[in-house]
Amino acid sequence: MNQVHTWLGILVVAFASVVGDVLLARAMREVGDVHDLWRRHGLWSVVSRVLSNPNLSFGVAAMAVAFFSLLFTLSWGDVSLVAPAAASLTFIGNAFAARVFLHERVDRRRWIAAVLVAGGVALLAG
Amino acid sequence: MFAAAGDSMLSHGMKQTGNISLHHLQGVLLALLNPWVAVGIVLLLAFVVLNMNALSWADLTYVLPATSFGYVLIALIARFVLHEHVSPLRWFGIALISGGVGFVAGGPMLTSHPEQVVPVGAKPATLSSGLES
Repeated sequence: MNQVHTWLGILVVAFASVVGDVLLARAMREVGDVHDLWRRHGLWSVVSRVLSNPNLSFGVAAMAVAFFSLLFTLSWGDVSLVAPAAASLTFIGNAFAARVFLHERVDRRRWIAAVLVAGGVALLAG
Repeated sequence: MFAAAGDSMLSHGMKQTGNISLHHLQGVLLALLNPWVAVGIVLLLAFVVLNMNALSWADLTYVLPATSFGYVLIALIARFVLHEHVSPLRWFGIALISGGVGFVAGGPMLTSHPEQVVPVGAKPATLSSGLES
């Protein structure tokens, strides 16, 4: 039963992390290139556009859920399982989510990169 | 680099501070006074800002593998600065991440079209001007 709890926790952490990453990326895409905005409208304009974007607030909230889910999951399972499994699933989940929700062209090169990085992170954290 | 340096400084500072008990949470405030912890937090905040900056002109599937190179830097700092033991399996993990970063770095940074992520009620001129450059 504890093993089931641990894996459910890992899935919640990975899901919330993917939601947070995608919403943050979407927010920054909507804001636009910050270098360009800063040059044309000043720093305050960049800060106000970033902070007023609702996707940023939802993204930060999702990341907070991911963080606290991680804390709970770490109390149920070993860190050597929870940390690498959650990080690897987040990398793979982000590739799917970026393709579907951000309409990024995730070609073979990017899939290979996602799988290699997910495997590498699992080995480093394991 | 900022994430790797920030994590390493936090780790070094927290080892100096010692264990923090849930029953004595004021230990967290004392930890913040440790210069290593304070500088580590500043560096991690800098990482968040730079990461958001990168996401404004590059794809998420480009930024995430590229920034994961920080894991490699952390392992190198742990081995050569903090003199921790890095197992052969972890060196293999470093090689995999480096390979992944190499794969994604050779491709385009931005593949999505700005109009595909425009929300209802947004200003298209602002969005397109930001992504054209």
